[in-house]
Amino acid sequence: MHYAVGMPTAVELDFNPPPSTEASDKAGGPPPFESWGRYPEYPAELKQLHWQGDYPRAIDGVHHGALAVGMGRSYGDVCLLKDGTLLQTTGMNRLLDFDPATGLLTAEAGITLAEILDFAVPRGYFLPVTPGTKYVTLGGAIANDIHGKNHHHAGTFGCHVTQFELVRSDGRRMLCSPTSNPDYYAATIAGMGLTGVIPWAQIRLKPIVSRKINYQGIQFHGIDEFLDLSSQAGNVEYTVSWVDVTATGKNFCRGVFMQGDHSQTPAPLKPSPKPKLVFPMELPGFALNRMSVGAFNSLFFHKQMKKRVSTLQDYEPFFYPLDAVLKWNRMYGKRGLLQFQYAIPWEHAKEGTVAILYEVARSGLASFLAVLKAFGDVPSPGMMSFPKPGITLALDFPIKPEKSFALFDRLAEMTREFGGRLYPAKDARMTSAQFQAFYPQWERFARYKDPALTSSFWERVIGGQLGVKGVGR
Amino acid sequence: MNPDDQNPASTSAAPASPDPAGPETTLPVPASSPMFEQARGAGQLSGVPREAEQPLALRSTGKRAESAGRTPRKILVLGATSGIAEACIRLWAARGDALYLVARNPDRLAAVAADARTRGASSVGSAVANLDDTAGHPELLAHAINGMGGLDVAFLAMGVLGEQGQAERSFEATHAILHTNFTAPVSLLTWLANYAAQRHAGTLAVLSSVAGERGRRSNYVYGSSKAGLTAFVDGLRNRIDREGVRVMTIKPGPVKTAMTEAMKGREKFADVDAVAATLVKAIDKGKDVVYVPGIWRIIMAVIRAIPERVFKKLNL
Repeated sequence: MHYAVGMPTAVELDFNPPPSTEASDKAGGPPPFESWGRYPEYPAELKQLHWQGDYPRAIDGVHHGALAVGMGRSYGDVCLLKDGTLLQTTGMNRLLDFDPATGLLTAEAGITLAEILDFAVPRGYFLPVTPGTKYVTLGGAIANDIHGKNHHHAGTFGCHVTQFELVRSDGRRMLCSPTSNPDYYAATIAGMGLTGVIPWAQIRLKPIVSRKINYQGIQFHGIDEFLDLSSQAGNVEYTVSWVDVTATGKNFCRGVFMQGDHSQTPAPLKPSPKPKLVFPMELPGFALNRMSVGAFNSLFFHKQMKKRVSTLQDYEPFFYPLDAVLKWNRMYGKRGLLQFQYAIPWEHAKEGTVAILYEVARSGLASFLAVLKAFGDVPSPGMMSFPKPGITLALDFPIKPEKSFALFDRLAEMTREFGGRLYPAKDARMTSAQFQAFYPQWERFARYKDPALTSSFWERVIGGQLGVKGVGR
Repeated sequence: MNPDDQNPASTSAAPASPDPAGPETTLPVPASSPMFEQARGAGQLSGVPREAEQPLALRSTGKRAESAGRTPRKILVLGATSGIAEACIRLWAARGDALYLVARNPDRLAAVAADARTRGASSVGSAVANLDDTAGHPELLAHAINGMGGLDVAFLAMGVLGEQGQAERSFEATHAILHTNFTAPVSLLTWLANYAAQRHAGTLAVLSSVAGERGRRSNYVYGSSKAGLTAFVDGLRNRIDREGVRVMTIKPGPVKTAMTEAMKGREKFADVDAVAATLVKAIDKGKDVVYVPGIWRIIMAVIRAIPERVFKKLNL
């Protein structure tokens, strides 16, 4: 072959494509990862974990902290990390083993409780503990040590976690159980995701023979009636009360005490149908006000005409009434909602609850999802677990900046005075001093924290005390 | 969790050619090899160890109603850790089908196999293999088919999206995409088609893509690999459909899986579980060409109709 003299050789020719003329896509990236309360709102990089081996490789080159997150059903900022890296686990949702003789289920931690129920219910098993939504992950249930309507019988979710694997950011993999690495087991249950990433966990399911719940709803007026009903229901597995926090005067602290047991009459164990309703849009901020919520609460109270009703009810509406409408948090509009949940020990439970309910009613800040329950004394293995024997009350408020924050801060202070504590999974406001008073064991817990992991919650309540971004020890 | 699945061996260690005499499309019957885990409980081949003990989960009573009284289908999944494949595997497992899973990464394959077993697959066999290694295909397929004691469905789900920008700069990168998405499935289909045609039975379901319907500036390398695959599969159907073999060209639109993670507009992509439900039904019926979600049949008709002099100015 002949080349003309002076022709450029292959090395000299530029074989690279010219820079693209296409205008680059406008920046913005994905919408920020939201917690269920949609407050606060922080930018963060979101990465998906699909396989157990994806972590800690996923945080190579990450210097601003990372945090594993699941479905984002926590209300406040325990599942957020401002300007950090969020590792979403929902793609890691495989079932790994199930023993139909013992009910021991092993699954990857990104599986949701809804997916576990779809598998377990047709096989005659149910969750040992379930919160008010089934759209949380197994890992999230452990990290927040969630509780349910059977707390007085079964304790928290952590009581039924037989073992799990914990992966540290340095790549160390630990099998954690009451007998293997028991300190990490205790720190990780209710550890808010800060001790490491959980690739898989094993839980003990409980047998059922029917989807049905023997349900009883009983109206009560006043805290004393509530306490009587609670002590009478000692043998009932599930108890919870809805309380009308808008009512004052003679209706003060009226509510409906709801109790139930799994039906012992065998019935078909079909999987649940998928929910079809999605809350269509964000309501404007004024939609939820004293009038509309007061009307809703009156309706709810009087919907039950008789003092006492008994029915056989499917477990879906009994445990998950709000799951029937996906994205119901849109009801609270763009600004989102604040949750407030305390546990006050028996010593001050009654006076504390009355004082707080009174303060809420007086504020006129609407809340129609108010839930009252007596916690039992089954201890949790979790070092930082929230429940303690006494009364717990959970409330929602639409966010109206000045007013709801002022009320919230007042309620948090009252909780502290009554010797109670608040639930990090539902918090966006408690101060550093309050957190450290509620959880004096935090310093012991901090020894097990992974230096690469943190959350906006942790930065808020501890951050500065452990050095930059709270990642030091 | 299942160390017996974690077999680090790959077919690249297999003999280079099954038959040095020349191309021959009869699948060899290799001796039992530690490379492959035989399907549990299958044991059609002498020398294949029968798993005495079924995993406890298989004894469960929780099978869906439709699985009652129905013989399990023997399904071979190639590229079993791909997002769409895994979603289909879950549905097949839940109704009690017999599965043989092939993928490259042993840890991932073990997790998918454990999931299938737990959900109730009547048997789960698996093999770790790099399907780019076409020389290993006949032995691999023989192990899979012998392990299951037959073959009702072969689902070819392996593929890579590749990186268009890199492929524009380097033929090597382009070649790797073409090899994984086109050459390797063509090799597998050549063996599988003849096996199925001889028996006048079976379904070969091949994952192609709507991206193969028109070359676009943003991903024509991936698109051309899928265009070639579509043409091959369509032609193969026209050859062996009359032999009683169903050959399916499956064209998904963008689906939310690990493969499409970095793509923009991902929130609007199809849900992988819904796509899998459609595919499992379509594979039962043995449809010729499946667009999923179905709307893509119309979208692609419109995109194909745009004149090239206009199309070349667009940023699609």
